Amino acid sequence: MTLLKVDNLKVHFPIRGGFFRRVVDHVKAVDGVSFELQQGETYGLVGESGSGKSTTGKAVVKLNDVTSGQILFEGRDLAGLSRKEIKPFRKDIQMIFQDPYSSLNPKKRVLDIIAEPLRNFERLSPAEEKKIVQDFLDKVGLSPESIHKYPHEFSGGQRQRIGIARSLTLKPKLIIADEPVSALDVSVQAQVLNFLQDLQQEFNLTYLFVGHDLGVIRHMCDRMGVMYRGRLVEEGKSDEIYENPQHIYTKRLIAAIPDLEPEVRGEKVKLRRKLTAEYESSYSTFFDENGRAYDLKPISSTHRVALL
Amino acid sequence: MNKAILKIENLTTSFRIGSNYHAAVDDVSFTVNENEIVAVVGESGCGKSALALSIMQLHNKQRTKSEGTINYNGQNLLTLNDTQMNKVRGKELGMIFQEPLTALNPLMTIGKQIEENLDYHTSLSKDGKKKRTIELLTQVGIPYPERTYKQFPHELSGGMRQRAMISIAIACNPALVIADEPTTALDVTIQAQILDLLKDIQSRTKMGIILITHDLSVVAEVADRIIVMYAGQVVETGSVKEIFNNPLHPYTRSLLNSIPSATHEKNRLHVIEGIVPSIAKMDRVGCRFQDRIPWIPKMAHEQRPQLHEVAEGHFVRCTCYQDFYFQAEGDESTHDITQSR
Repeated sequence: MTLLKVDNLKVHFPIRGGFFRRVVDHVKAVDGVSFELQQGETYGLVGESGSGKSTTGKAVVKLNDVTSGQILFEGRDLAGLSRKEIKPFRKDIQMIFQDPYSSLNPKKRVLDIIAEPLRNFERLSPAEEKKIVQDFLDKVGLSPESIHKYPHEFSGGQRQRIGIARSLTLKPKLIIADEPVSALDVSVQAQVLNFLQDLQQEFNLTYLFVGHDLGVIRHMCDRMGVMYRGRLVEEGKSDEIYENPQHIYTKRLIAAIPDLEPEVRGEKVKLRRKLTAEYESSYSTFFDENGRAYDLKPISSTHRVALL
Repeated sequence: MNKAILKIENLTTSFRIGSNYHAAVDDVSFTVNENEIVAVVGESGCGKSALALSIMQLHNKQRTKSEGTINYNGQNLLTLNDTQMNKVRGKELGMIFQEPLTALNPLMTIGKQIEENLDYHTSLSKDGKKKRTIELLTQVGIPYPERTYKQFPHELSGGMRQRAMISIAIACNPALVIADEPTTALDVTIQAQILDLLKDIQSRTKMGIILITHDLSVVAEVADRIIVMYAGQVVETGSVKEIFNNPLHPYTRSLLNSIPSATHEKNRLHVIEGIVPSIAKMDRVGCRFQDRIPWIPKMAHEQRPQLHEVAEGHFVRCTCYQDFYFQAEGDESTHDITQSR
């Protein structure tokens, strides 16, 4: 079942300048992106900084205004809704943010942080609320007494788990995870990733996983899309993309991943040089004269690439 | 064998907390040779950066105490006073910091920041300095050096800023560069470029590099030797090939197992139970890693663990590696989320 369908999504930010701060141009942060998420799957969006992956994620929860295109969530278009109309959907779509240090209010107790979504949508007595918060704290492996602590009393991994507990309280259907482990150490990262997988099974969640670490994306995602300059350049099953990348940008991205085997190092450097040369020589087969990637074309039933 | 540039012996750096000093770097010894990249790895709080700052002596003197010797060029850096150290710092030892945006001065142009270093350590004329700066910017692969010379840090992208940082570090042709997480804040594609650049500069200048990182895949990519640090101590050291093919210490093995890899099949990631002990509270007598591998019997650990040489140049601390095994999937402690506080 299709849970989320993003169709030709565009997010353009105006550049103002000149007399009366008129709009002189647009930054095309997201420029015609389409993908679908099935119920229960994990879809990854990868790309480097500035490729528009986070903007896409935020547009789905309408934290950014959508310029054009459709965001169909369970068949209803969210793109055109006003702030008020979107409110009921906020219950079903929640977000986990990148930086656990800045996404938790330092002046609030854990109880207030985790209960905030509940307070917005449900009328519960303090006792009921506390019980729900404690249940979720238990689920994410934090002790019951942490309810009265403040964010600074926790380590990075624990804070990220508070952020996750907050996103779960309303039993959402879709979670947008915007680089949830980028700020964490490898060992803590492993913990949070395992834990996200467990929760997915327990609550039948669907994840839109935004990230730049291809190792993490491959580990977590069934399908993924590679973004470059606001466009999707390749989309398909994670295995297909890693084993058989077609677009030059995807190839470069994969070649840039450091390998855990020191023996192959020399070859990797050569491969990267070769791809850089190929990128320059075959630029026109992948990008049009404005440097914009072409539209995606299917090369197999599950794999689509932006080629001429 | 290459010439040793830096020789650190029994370095202990302690911080004052309350009225007591606690060692964050505990009895660390190693050497860096010419044309060699030595990687220091570990989680946050293992003392990697404290080690780097001790070598550069950038710690606050009122609250830290360093013992042991850091031998550079026949002199012990720890005995130098500030004036003498200022002559070494920047000229002989360069440093690349993690976050180029916070490490660079936002109010000075890139050119001026590089020249600052030349001002201090060389007697070049104004034109000479500018020429050298542009040469450096070209060397680190900045496409329009003349333009970048006049730009401010905020006008550059993350990768370009890191390149500018590198050019400051190598401005006076140092014998040794300490790179503290030089690529952590960067994208993979840029990371690959910066690592290739460092290797490239090294092959020309034969400098030694101490690369501090938490990312083992970066280590596999560039380093010659690895030093794995845990709770202030060196727990395993050896050549990159040796460590990646035959990791022995439980900590090294756990770290390697917790990395989600792009080339391997999906299975559950290994989670290292617990957290790095705080320097003020840890037990300094037994094996410092024992609390994080509780399924290994206490008997397997040594009292006052020492480094044992298991192969040529490959040292492992404590005897617990002989009995170490990973717990099977589904056991209580692989799913440690419920236990770690």
